[in-house]
Amino acid sequence: MVQPWTEDFMVSFWIVVMGFLVVATCGLVGTYLLLRRMALVGDAISHSILFGLVVAFMIFRSGGTMVMFVAAVATGLLTVGIIEFIHRQSRVKTDAAICIAFTTLFAAGVVLLSVAEVKGPVHLDAECVLYGEIAFVPLDPAVEVFGLVLGPAPVVRIAGVLIGLLVLAAVFYKELLVTSFDPALAKSLGIRVGIWHYGLMAVLSIVIVSVFEAVGAILAVAMLVVPPMFAAQLSDRLPVRFALVFLHAALSSLVGYQLSVWLNCSPAGAMVVVGALLFLLAWAVTRPRRAALPDWTAPS
Amino acid sequence: MMKDFSTTAPPLEVHDLTVAYDRRPVLYGIDLTVPAGSLTGIIGPNGAGKSTLLKAVLGLLPLSAGWVKIFGAPLAQNARRTGYVPQRESVDWDFPVNVMDVVLMGRYGHLAPGRRPGRADREIARACLDQVQMLPLARRQIGNLSGGQRQRVFLARALAQESDLYFMDEPFAGVDAATEAAIIDLLREMKARGKTVVVVHHDLSTVRDYFDRLVLLNVRLVAAGPTAEVFTPELLQKTYGGRLTILSDVVQSLGEEP
Repeated sequence: MVQPWTEDFMVSFWIVVMGFLVVATCGLVGTYLLLRRMALVGDAISHSILFGLVVAFMIFRSGGTMVMFVAAVATGLLTVGIIEFIHRQSRVKTDAAICIAFTTLFAAGVVLLSVAEVKGPVHLDAECVLYGEIAFVPLDPAVEVFGLVLGPAPVVRIAGVLIGLLVLAAVFYKELLVTSFDPALAKSLGIRVGIWHYGLMAVLSIVIVSVFEAVGAILAVAMLVVPPMFAAQLSDRLPVRFALVFLHAALSSLVGYQLSVWLNCSPAGAMVVVGALLFLLAWAVTRPRRAALPDWTAPS
Repeated sequence: MMKDFSTTAPPLEVHDLTVAYDRRPVLYGIDLTVPAGSLTGIIGPNGAGKSTLLKAVLGLLPLSAGWVKIFGAPLAQNARRTGYVPQRESVDWDFPVNVMDVVLMGRYGHLAPGRRPGRADREIARACLDQVQMLPLARRQIGNLSGGQRQRVFLARALAQESDLYFMDEPFAGVDAATEAAIIDLLREMKARGKTVVVVHHDLSTVRDYFDRLVLLNVRLVAAGPTAEVFTPELLQKTYGGRLTILSDVVQSLGEEP
């Protein structure tokens, strides 16, 4: 039961650390997505990003971090742009426009991928994109900075993204808050709502591409949505919700990994299952309290 | 009387303002000037474009034609002098913020990007909450407020903006009598301090009591001017068209006046 920890501690350690960082990063950006009712856009970008990655690999013949990030941001903004274009130019509603945009881009990515596979070695296949494999993360070459061994490359990358995200969220707390809560007020205050919208989409794209190879496009969506939903059950204060997202990340990655050891299954999948169970638990525990609250919302 | 009058530019000047949704005009060729220190009501039937006029003036909607000047300049230059109270339903009241957080948002226009509200901003927010009798609820989650309390929070936030010109979208809709009285007291006090307030209003029975100027709107501007001059049966009929059943009481009471 504890064999993976005693036998090959470093492998287990890096899988859990990667899981924690992935869930925390996704949960942080997902909190804002949920507040803005844009969870579906997270789903869209997580799929359409395949297109951008394949194009970038075909052009640059490399999978370096910067190439990946630029490709992700470009595809993310392209996706959002297409969604808004379809929605504005026709009577198609937003949810249908989202589905048109991302499935088309994903399909184009699948087509290009088969062409690229024929033409040369691209370290990308549809399976890796859809499912990812967090168990391979410890096998990646370690990153060294000034002789200090930090850890496998994907872990270092996502850690950097998380730190950058925390800094941005702290510095621009008020801009993100007011543009999420009351865009009309924000605009009347002279805050450029559009810039914050597209900025958030760009950050979301970077987050998704960073967690891609570990958990894949589908589980990334779960990690965007489940931790903030867990936090929303337990607190009505935004800073507390961020702390709860981190708690959720720690619990779901650790318990999820242990579950995957017991069941001999995919660690990323197990982490999401545990994360969803945590949400159910939080919901069940707080339900009686919510039901007991007086109904202040009725017009008086 | 009031210090701000040295500048001759009126708080709000609108010329030939036209707004269209799907090429269908919802506001057409509006010419309007709102003088400083006035309490102006915008009235008109449903779909007349009352809220649209506020949003267009505030730059929240694209204009098909025309221009808007705030204190003689484009809105972007005078955004800080302009306060906005949107309709209550326009925001999600389950949002994870408390009353104080919302009122502090009124201070954001005074803060540089990346700066957080400081102690002085909190003091102002507290004073504004006190003015609408909401200070005891400062730490309450906004979802646990009644309709009237929510409206007071929005008003406190507008006060915290410390603007000279305010736009309010149906602040009296669905509030209790006590809140309605508190709001009108507040509006009068703002007017007494030389603020200019423009309010979208739907209750014709209180119009003469509340506003010193009126804008009668139905896609086009029907009339604008002092309440005594434009709140007449003829102009109301012109504004509301054949919907006399709703109006009969008001029109009748107007007809009875000497």
